[in-house]
Amino acid sequence: MAELRLDWNKVDQARTAAAEIALDTEETLSGFTTVTVERSIARLFGVDSVDEHDVPFSNRLIEVLQEKDLLGHGAAYYIGRAAVGQDLEPQEFAELVACGELDPARLKPVDRFELKLWIDEAAARSMARIRLNRLQREERLEHYGEHGGPLLYVIVATGNIYEDIVQAQAAVKQGADIIAVIRSTGQSLLDYVPYGATTEGFGGTLATQENFRLMRAALDEAGAEVGRYIRLCNYCSGLCMPEIAVMGALERLDVMLNDALYGILFRDINMQRTLIDQSFSRMINGAAGIIINTGEDNYLTTSDAFEEAHTVLASQFINEQFAKRAGMPEELMGLGHAFEMDPALPNSFVYELAQAQMARQIFPHAPLKYMPPTKFKCGNIFQSQVQDTLFNMVSVLSKQNIHLLGMITEAIHTPFMSDRALALENARYVARSMSALSDEVEIKEGGLMEQRADVVLDKAVQLLQNIQTEGMFQTLAEGKFAGIRRDPDGGKGLDGVIYQEEGYYNPFIELCLDEEAEILAAFMEKRKEAGNE
Amino acid sequence: MNKTEDVSEMRVQADLTRLKPYGDTMNDGKVQVSFTLPVADDERGQEAAREIVLAMGLSNPIITWHQALEDNFTFYVAYGSLEYSINYNDIHVETVDVEVMTMAETNDFIRRHFGRKIRVIGASTGTDAHTVGIDAIMNMKGYAGHYGLERYSMIEAKNLGSQVKNEDFIRAALDFDADALLVSQTVTQKNIHIQNLTELVELLEAEGLRERFILIIGGPRINHELAKELGADAGFGPNKYADDVASFICKELWERKEAGL
Repeated sequence: MAELRLDWNKVDQARTAAAEIALDTEETLSGFTTVTVERSIARLFGVDSVDEHDVPFSNRLIEVLQEKDLLGHGAAYYIGRAAVGQDLEPQEFAELVACGELDPARLKPVDRFELKLWIDEAAARSMARIRLNRLQREERLEHYGEHGGPLLYVIVATGNIYEDIVQAQAAVKQGADIIAVIRSTGQSLLDYVPYGATTEGFGGTLATQENFRLMRAALDEAGAEVGRYIRLCNYCSGLCMPEIAVMGALERLDVMLNDALYGILFRDINMQRTLIDQSFSRMINGAAGIIINTGEDNYLTTSDAFEEAHTVLASQFINEQFAKRAGMPEELMGLGHAFEMDPALPNSFVYELAQAQMARQIFPHAPLKYMPPTKFKCGNIFQSQVQDTLFNMVSVLSKQNIHLLGMITEAIHTPFMSDRALALENARYVARSMSALSDEVEIKEGGLMEQRADVVLDKAVQLLQNIQTEGMFQTLAEGKFAGIRRDPDGGKGLDGVIYQEEGYYNPFIELCLDEEAEILAAFMEKRKEAGNE
Repeated sequence: MNKTEDVSEMRVQADLTRLKPYGDTMNDGKVQVSFTLPVADDERGQEAAREIVLAMGLSNPIITWHQALEDNFTFYVAYGSLEYSINYNDIHVETVDVEVMTMAETNDFIRRHFGRKIRVIGASTGTDAHTVGIDAIMNMKGYAGHYGLERYSMIEAKNLGSQVKNEDFIRAALDFDADALLVSQTVTQKNIHIQNLTELVELLEAEGLRERFILIIGGPRINHELAKELGADAGFGPNKYADDVASFICKELWERKEAGL
C-alpha cells in the first residue's frame, strides 16, 4: 500500500522519549538480580529435574542461597566454586545442597582466576547448544523457504500435550505456520517451572521443558511432511520469565510472548521483579534468535480500542527500547497490536487499517504481531467469521508479519479442530485473493486514515513525554496503561528481587550480547540486500 | 367478520405444546449442525456422518459439506429435521425479575432510598486470568454502549482484576465495606468455575458473612438459575450489562432494608 504521510519528527520524539524511559528504568534497577534470573543461570549450567516433591532443583538451590543470604553473589559463583574446588557437576551440587548434605557457605576456597575461567568456559559451552539450535532453525528456513505472506499463527490449548500434538499437526496440514501452546491458566503466578510431560491443565497446557521438546519434535515431523518450517511459540512471561526463555532456547522455540509491562498490569506481578526479569529473558531470547511477541493487544481488551490506541503505540515504543537495551535486533521484535474496535463504530475498518499501516511504517523491520478481534465476539459464530475476515483483510493490506488467527468460537470455548481449519481457510482465501491489492491502492492525502494516524501518534508522543517526566514507576502507579494502577512495592514476587553484592557475576549477559551482535550483523546484511537501508 | 380477523385465521400458528425448530415452514423442525468425526474423508465417512445425524434424532439428514481436516479427521456440515418436540407451556425459568433502570434512574433511586453511595467490589477470582467480563460491567467505559459501574455517581466501584484468591476477595470486600460482591468467571473448562464459586460461598458461610453481602456472579456460562443453585443471589450471563447488575443491586438492597435485614 502506498504509505501514510506521517510526521516523522513526532516519530523521532516518541522514540527519544521511550529510549529515555527505558534507560532511566534500567538504571534504577541496575545492581539487582532476581531469584528467577539466578535459577535461569543454574539451568543454563545444567541444573535440571525435580526432587521427590516435584520441586525443581534449580528452585531448591536458589532457595538455600537466598535463605543463607548468599544469593547476592550470584548462582554462577557458587556453582563455579563447587566445580573448581570440589569437582562437583552443577546438578550434583544442587542435589547435595537441596538435601542439606552440603552447605554452600562452606565451600572450599578457590583461586579467583581459576573460578572465572571455569564459569566462562561452562557458560560458553551452554551457549554453544543454544547457538546450535539457532543454526538448525536458520538451516531449515533456508532449506524450506518462506511463503512471503503473513505467518499464520494458531493456538492449541487442550491441557494435554499429546492431544495438543494431534491438534497442532492437523493445523500444520491445514496451513498454519506458527503453533502456540497456550499455557494453563495460573502458570504465570507459579514461582517455579513444572517438570516433565503433562496431561492436565485449565484453559491450556503447562509450559515445561519436556512439553516443549515433544511439541518441537512433532512440528518438525509435520513440517517435513508439508515442506515448511513450522515455528513453535510459548509464553515467556509471569514469575519465571527468564527460566522459560532458557527452556525455549534449549528446545528451539521460535517465538515467545515477552512483554515488559504485561505481567505488571495484568498479573499484578511486582514491577521491579518483572522489569529485571524481562531484561535477562530478552537477552536469552535474542541470543537464541527467538522472535518475541509483546502484549499490547491486551490493553485493548480492557480499554477502548479507539480511544486508547495511543497506549498501544506508546507501549510498542517502550517495548522496542527495552528490547534494544537487551541487545535484540529489530527483526526479532514482534511488537503487538490488535483489531479490537467496536463493530458498531462507523468506519472502524478504516481506522483499524490506518493504525495497522502506521505501525507497519513506524517499525519497518519488526515482525509485527497482529491480534484478532476478541472483545466483541459474543457467541454468534456467523458474525464472528465476518469480523475475522475483515481482520484478515487489514493484515494482508498492511503487510503484517505474524497474524494470529481469530476463531469463530472465541468467547465460547478453546478452539475445536474444525474452528482452526475454518480460520486458516478464511485467512488463506483473503491472502490469496488480495495479495496484490495493497500495491494497487493509494492512501488519500489528508484523508480519514492519515488524520487517524496523526491523532494516535500525537497522543502517543504526549503520553511518552509524560512518562519520561514522571518516570515509569509513577506512571504505572497512576494507572496510565489500560487504566490499571500498580504500586512499585506491590504485587507478587518482590521478595524475589535481590541486591547484587560486590563482585556479582552473570557470565551469560556478555555472551548473549555478543551472540545478538552477530545476529544483528547478519540481519543488516539482509536489509542491505533487500535495499531497505 | 372483518378483514383483519380473516387474515389472522389464515396465519400459521406455532403449536406451543409441540414446539419444534423453524426453517422456512412451521413445524418443519429444520436444524443445521456441524461436527468433526475422527475418520477419513470418504464415502464410508459420509455415511457415518449421516447415521450420526440420524442418531441425533434428525430425520432426512443431508450432509451438505465434508472436508478432511487431517488424514483421519473429517468436518461435516449437515441439515435434518428434528423428530422431537417439547411443550413450551411447561417451561419455567428462573430470571432476575427486576425492572432495569437507566444509570440516571439508578443514581436517583440510590439517592432517594439510601442517601449514601453503594459500594460494589468485583473480581475475576481463582486462577481465572480473564478480566473481560468484570471490566465490561465495572469499567468507566462499560461495554456496548452501557456505561460501567465506575461511571455511576452514586456507586463506589472497586475492580480487583483477575486471579484474586477467594480469601483475598472476601478480605478486600470487608475492608471496602462492600454492599455487593461481583464475581466474574470466564474460564469454565472442566467446570473449574463451579468449584471456585462453591468454594467462595462456603468460605462466606463459614465466616458467617454470606448474608452480609449481595453476591452476584457473571460470565459467559452463568445464568440466574445456576447462580441460585450455587448459593448466590443472582447470576448474569451474556448480553447483560452494568444497568442490569446495578438495578438488581439497588432493588435487592432496598427490599432487604424494607424487611429490616
